[in-house]
Amino acid sequence: MTEITTSNNASGCGKSGMTGLPPLPMFQPEPDNVPCCGTPPGPPASADERPGYRLCAFVERFVETPVGMTPQVKTSLGLGDWLGSLRARLGVSRDRYRIAPGLYSVGAACADSAVLVTANYKLSFDALRRELAGIDAWILVLDTRGVNVWCAAGKKTFGTDEVVRQVQRARLEKVVSHRQLILPQLGAPGVAAHLVRKACGFTLVWGPIRARDLKEFLATDRQATAVMRQLTFTMAERVVLIPVEISLIVKPSLWILPALFVLSAVSPHFSLALVWQRGRDLTTAFGAGVVSGAVLTPILLPWLPWRSFYLKGLLTGLIGGLAVVVGRRAVGWDALAMVLFCMAVSSYAAMNFTGATPYASPSGVEKEMRRGLPAQVAAMLSSVVLWVGGQFWF
Amino acid sequence: MKDFRYLSAVSTLVLHAELCVGCGSCALVCPHQVFAVREKKATIIDLDGCMECGACALNCPVSAISVTPGVGCASYIIQTWIKGKDAVIECC
Repeated sequence: MTEITTSNNASGCGKSGMTGLPPLPMFQPEPDNVPCCGTPPGPPASADERPGYRLCAFVERFVETPVGMTPQVKTSLGLGDWLGSLRARLGVSRDRYRIAPGLYSVGAACADSAVLVTANYKLSFDALRRELAGIDAWILVLDTRGVNVWCAAGKKTFGTDEVVRQVQRARLEKVVSHRQLILPQLGAPGVAAHLVRKACGFTLVWGPIRARDLKEFLATDRQATAVMRQLTFTMAERVVLIPVEISLIVKPSLWILPALFVLSAVSPHFSLALVWQRGRDLTTAFGAGVVSGAVLTPILLPWLPWRSFYLKGLLTGLIGGLAVVVGRRAVGWDALAMVLFCMAVSSYAAMNFTGATPYASPSGVEKEMRRGLPAQVAAMLSSVVLWVGGQFWF
Repeated sequence: MKDFRYLSAVSTLVLHAELCVGCGSCALVCPHQVFAVREKKATIIDLDGCMECGACALNCPVSAISVTPGVGCASYIIQTWIKGKDAVIECC
């Protein structure tokens, strides 16, 4: 049993032990270094804390540089970083997952350390810093409005002007003795190397596409191999995109699902039981369409026939629709309507996946949409006509 | 990426070889190895591999490359059809 002293009880909170009586089992006295109310106090405020600012968990400490105190970042991810990645991958507040633009350091960065440029999407920043263990470097984070490097380059926020602006804002010429910036190759649609050089005197070196190749790139005289410059679209790279594809469908589903029940209510044999059963049939067909287009199509992408995504989606939708018809024991015109509905949804969802791939060209997407959209609308309209008409005509 | 091929003969990519100075920037920044530099001139070796990202055109110091860059995303394109090319479009 801990000896009770009053040293920590200046606030006057009584403790059962202070009465001199043996403590009751339900009121165990606490160790004398712990105050009586609530949990023990945490450590005092860090010397780095400033009013109105919040310390980021990925910052190890602040280090003195020629331009003032600069955050030195950790090269390992903590639980909070992983949870943040998970949320972003699920599409939860993805557009607000960002860090402050500006200059950061890794390891013992000094005047001749490399300067790596990246986006202020936290997922991109984390992907970079976790590959930098044992490396001394500077990280210059551009304000891409929380968008990843490649997409931001397409929108020109990862752009020539922004590189120049951040170089000047960080007073980089005072921090490093060389005049070289390393940019990820996928930043090239937004950044013109020759114009950056003209504007601020820094020469751009195009680094590898993937951050995991950086260590080798830096060790081999900043020469990217052919493999480092080639895109991949592996199963893992495709699967990780699926949750965001689905999250984009959640919002329109809020009015689609009620509409399906309304459609199912149009019948001369109207009854609540019938509406419930038919509404669920159509909802299942819709869900199967989403799964076929936004899950099966990305997973099976290299093995599905045809290059157009709307065709791939029609095929997976046909399979999904047939599975629903069997599962829901639908027959006749209803069954045909459900298959067509599933195919239309799947085809549209698959066509939207083009934007997430690293190889679909906008001209190609526009071309396939001129065929795909009419096909999807036709399938959808025939489905509705069969679904409602079947109740009246047959 | 050779496992994934998109539609053929759609890319808007054009190389004006007579302007090319053979610096090789296009070949360096292209993520799909569309260009090669042969005899100090860039040449298009895989037009159908082009996804029109625009990296080559932007990084060509003599503007010898033209391409209509854009976002290869269906919902984005639908919105440009409805609202027009210059509208503010929320996407991706």
